[in-house]
Amino acid sequence: MPFAGTRPPARRPRWKRLDPEEVRGIRLLSPTFLYTLAFLVGPVLLVVAYSFWTQTYLTFDHTFTLENYRVALTEPIYRDLLMRSLYISFIVSLVTVIFAYPIAYYISFHGGSRKSLLLFLITIPFWTGYLLRVMAWKVILGYKGVLNTGLIGLGIVDKPLESLLFSSTAVIITLIHAWAVFAILPIYVSLEKLDRSLLEAATDLGDGPVRRFLRVTLPLSMPGIIGALLIVMIPTVGDFVTPKLVGGTEGQMIANAIQIQFGKASNWPLGSALTITTMMIVTLMAGASVLVLRSLVRWMR
Amino acid sequence: MTLLRKAGASWLPIYAGLYLLFLYLPVLLLPVFSVNASAIPVFPLKGLTFDWYRSLAGNDALINALWNSLLVGVASALLATVLGICAARAITRYRFRGRRPMTAVIMAPLFLPEIIIAISLLMVAMQLGLGLSLILVIFGHVLICLPYSATVLISGFEGFDPSFEEASADLGETAFGTLTRVTLPILMPAIISSLLVSFTISLDEFIIAFFLSGSEPTLPIYIWGQLRFPAKLPGVLALGTLMLLASLLLLTFAEMLRRRAAKRTQLDGGFHA
Repeated sequence: MPFAGTRPPARRPRWKRLDPEEVRGIRLLSPTFLYTLAFLVGPVLLVVAYSFWTQTYLTFDHTFTLENYRVALTEPIYRDLLMRSLYISFIVSLVTVIFAYPIAYYISFHGGSRKSLLLFLITIPFWTGYLLRVMAWKVILGYKGVLNTGLIGLGIVDKPLESLLFSSTAVIITLIHAWAVFAILPIYVSLEKLDRSLLEAATDLGDGPVRRFLRVTLPLSMPGIIGALLIVMIPTVGDFVTPKLVGGTEGQMIANAIQIQFGKASNWPLGSALTITTMMIVTLMAGASVLVLRSLVRWMR
Repeated sequence: MTLLRKAGASWLPIYAGLYLLFLYLPVLLLPVFSVNASAIPVFPLKGLTFDWYRSLAGNDALINALWNSLLVGVASALLATVLGICAARAITRYRFRGRRPMTAVIMAPLFLPEIIIAISLLMVAMQLGLGLSLILVIFGHVLICLPYSATVLISGFEGFDPSFEEASADLGETAFGTLTRVTLPILMPAIISSLLVSFTISLDEFIIAFFLSGSEPTLPIYIWGQLRFPAKLPGVLALGTLMLLASLLLLTFAEMLRRRAAKRTQLDGGFHA
């Protein structure tokens, strides 16, 4: 606060205090900012408003109530779906980031002149389209799918495994594959920014490779790790394509229930409350993960 | 020490190879089964056929969906890039109060599940009595493209030295001339990658289009409809293969363009240094 402590100025002088540079900046940013206000912030506020209302058939009752939140948080079906969605998105983001880190590290530190080729190679599978990648896993994990026939062919099992497709595991595997590149890129960027002379300094001061990695490389790439974790964790919690195609009844997620509220069940207030609840809880989970990671780094240093 | 580094350097490439295998194997199944004579995607393969590709050619519903997707993709890419240019220029060029919170709002869609964007726009449209249409889909897609387009453009604009513009003005160029002959050529690579990134995000987006497209399906919505019929699967796989090839061509082209631009700016940098 640059003006903390001074008397709040009258309106005109306050605007006058913005120098022309600032005015130009704000004016230039405002189309984009106003767009986001109009199409994101406004609509999300409407969802929040709806979540406190009730609906009987086609008429809305605009009196304030927390009933929808009570249903969203206590009805076993929604509670279970929510817990499962959080569990799936947590596992997926964690595993994706752990698998992605060595790849990002390899490209950044050992990629040499092939860096852009390697990045290109990693992105290619993602140009098939989201639906088709999910479909490919259905083909792999199916009862007579590629994995089962392969396992039988190798003599590892003698009859097809039934539990592969239509389970939470199928959803997790598919999502880990679908989101891989979103984890690799932020980590790669943060490793690229890392000043290599710091590593030399650590070596000169007697740190071995492992210690140097834990005390220099890992902490300095933490922004990338956190970015990757959030970029995977938050969208996956709201996915409904993957659970619908490979999840079966046991692998359904909260977004499937939300979609039903806006489709067949036609209960917008409940759908809104489910959406807001999911968003709040996933934000809390993401925030907690970031705090844990940060304190882990501090402890290692 | 060197021994350890060697060990690290030797398991990493193996790991990278395995990881690429994990990324590629599922995707490579699509082209394989798209030329398989059987409608069921199981090994062993039944024989080579291009029937599934032929079945795509005369499919009006597919062509309509493709057309819708291209329209939405181009419109979203243009709008997101124009808004992204404003934002990136403001953020990299000027220092002003409220810059950080305003930027955070613009970047917010990156950290929101897409379903909330979809249903919130759906509810606004219903509230205002607007019908569902591709225009709504475009509005939604611009929102989710903006963080990516702004990020690409900001990193492109960061290296841009405003003294070039001043020099151009001092040498008698008009504002428009400076824009078209100095600013745009330098920023072009970033603008093109913003267009491409936004276009591909829009082309692949499902959830927003699912809620908002109404009776005009985009390509992912069409594919979703087809997936309900197991017999149509090979056709979908053929379509997926074609889409993969098309995006590969587009990407290779973009990469060539980028390299050319990078070379040119490097040369320029050499001159000025």
